[in-house]
Amino acid sequence: MSKNSIVDFSKIKDELADLAKPIQVLDQNAKVVNQAVFDSFSDDQLVEFMKKMVWERALHEQTMNFSRQGRMGFYAPTAGEEASEMGTVMAMQKQDYLVPAYRDIPQLIQHGATVTEAFLWSRGHVKGNEFEARALMPQIIIGAAYVETAGVALGLKKNGEDAIAFSYTGDGGTSQGDSYEGMNFAGAYKVPALFIVQNNGYAISVPRESQTAAPALTQKAIAAGIPSVQVDGMDILACYSVAKAARDYMLAGNGPVMIETLTNRYGAHSSAGDDPKRYRTDEQQKPWLEKDPLIRLRKVLTDKKLWTEEQEEALIKEYKDSFKDALKQADAVEPEKVSDMLKRTFEVPTPELQAQIAKFEEKESN
Amino acid sequence: MSKKSYIQAITEALDIMLQEDPKTLIFGEDVGKNGGVFRTTQGLQEKYGADRVFDTPLAESGILGLAIGLGLTGWRPIPEIQFSGFTLEAVDSIVGQMSRMRFRFNGKKNSPITVRSPYGGGTHTAEMHSDNLENIFTGVPGLRVVMPSNPYDAKGLLISSIENNDPVLYLENLKLYRSMKDDIPDEKYTVPLDQANIVQEGNDITIVAYGAQVQEAQKAAEELAKSNISCEVIDLRTVSPIDTATIFKSIAKTHKVVIVQEAQKMAGVGAQVASAISEEAILSLDAPIGRVAAPNSVYPFALAEEVWIPRKDEIVAKVNEIINY
Repeated sequence: MSKNSIVDFSKIKDELADLAKPIQVLDQNAKVVNQAVFDSFSDDQLVEFMKKMVWERALHEQTMNFSRQGRMGFYAPTAGEEASEMGTVMAMQKQDYLVPAYRDIPQLIQHGATVTEAFLWSRGHVKGNEFEARALMPQIIIGAAYVETAGVALGLKKNGEDAIAFSYTGDGGTSQGDSYEGMNFAGAYKVPALFIVQNNGYAISVPRESQTAAPALTQKAIAAGIPSVQVDGMDILACYSVAKAARDYMLAGNGPVMIETLTNRYGAHSSAGDDPKRYRTDEQQKPWLEKDPLIRLRKVLTDKKLWTEEQEEALIKEYKDSFKDALKQADAVEPEKVSDMLKRTFEVPTPELQAQIAKFEEKESN
Repeated sequence: MSKKSYIQAITEALDIMLQEDPKTLIFGEDVGKNGGVFRTTQGLQEKYGADRVFDTPLAESGILGLAIGLGLTGWRPIPEIQFSGFTLEAVDSIVGQMSRMRFRFNGKKNSPITVRSPYGGGTHTAEMHSDNLENIFTGVPGLRVVMPSNPYDAKGLLISSIENNDPVLYLENLKLYRSMKDDIPDEKYTVPLDQANIVQEGNDITIVAYGAQVQEAQKAAEELAKSNISCEVIDLRTVSPIDTATIFKSIAKTHKVVIVQEAQKMAGVGAQVASAISEEAILSLDAPIGRVAAPNSVYPFALAEEVWIPRKDEIVAKVNEIINY
């Protein structure tokens, strides 16, 4: 900095980097780094966390199998994100309102959709969206999740409900303008909106570093006056604890929170055939595979004699069998009729639609 | 019954619905203390409180995202987008989100939202304030588009829009806001969202118009009457859906039609009306379909707008051309 300069921008920029400090309970080697939080979990709870992650991994593997058999539609692989997804959703309650994106099917199921409904959504059938869960269907225009979450949270607040709105987006989603509008509205109205950003390193092929100059995505929330934290997204105990603390904070009327989970998607962006080897190397992936959330918690549970390999294998078989049953139920659902689709465009179809409905009813009666 | 302007009719409709339905909410830029930049919401925050009528940050996508979320949690939002040109900031919220809600959830969720926004030329405003954007929005499945031409309809159509459980884009004409007054009832009444209005009966030719062009069409009809040409003037009132039945019935009688719009000619409401007539009622006609519309340019800067916007004289000329075909 020259002596005559009024301000040192380089120094201000360097200080931004200090804001990136992920919270952990277990480190990469499964060593407890926050004993007080760790001790707050019962053995049963620890086992439950492991079961949920095993369930999600099994769901992923089985869905990929179905996909390879041509029995699935759009599917966004989740392997690697189990701690981030299960840890955060387990901190929520049924009355909370979920706004998911396309990679958040496991959370949608945990929140009350059936596996059959999830498969129907993947295949492209409206029955997949008729779940009882208090949730929207997976959002494709990810930025929209932010503005809608702010709105849902304002509605819950106006209703005087003991509930929060929580959304999931990724690192790429934070580049959409709506992410700022949604967080800014949530902050301005002090509503219980939890924005969970699962930073898995890539927006399809574009790496996180190319997405923004911000050293941490949490900084995007700071601009809106929202407290935000980075969490080790491969540590389910940290993900759960931070999400639960955020929920408690919001229910006390303190306004929104943003959580950035640092995670990794092991597979492709979607099952539609893109090849991650085009944009990342095995060498880049290796350290992430070593941080695997299942390996980490399995070690803790095994040391505590709460978990065995046989037990895990039996669970995986049980889960996969249930997914096969769920797919059979999806197979049994009648295809949608176009005439029914037309009927639900408006509450009362317009005259032109009525004529089109009649035409398709005739076509579909044969 | 008392004399009210178009803008007073709108304020009255909002007042009635805030009073009647505790779930209605009004929000947008400057709608609170300021009562809106045109005073459409004047006095409403004072009367119903800042929980029901409130200002928003300056972000249109956020405003309509807020509306979607409120609609999902039991509220009946009436957001305002300050000028029609600003709706372009919120196209995803309108087209990609709220209009698909009922479709996505098989009717288990909906978007009972009325988006109010002023539009229309002739008031010499800054750029992006006057554009007629209905040509973009009438093609959106699941969205109703309403464009009242007078104070009576403004009130009745707005109440119907708010009571409707589907999203409605309710476009208010800037030039009409204070330029016309009608005797309208003080109490609540509704105007249906799918019925055109025959504002003037006639036998020689049908003029189809909507919004501020209804007045121009009426002025043209008055002048043409002096040459013994009897015009039937139809006000569409809603441009999605379009009440084609009323148009077909009229042209079965007049055998001639001129379609008038303030918006650019390309791919819009007038083209849709012409297409419907061509497809289903062409044999009613004994002359080509006449069209009066703005040219296909960007909406002009203020000093050029009076030449650009179609007015009475162009309607008169087009009617004479079709009559003398």
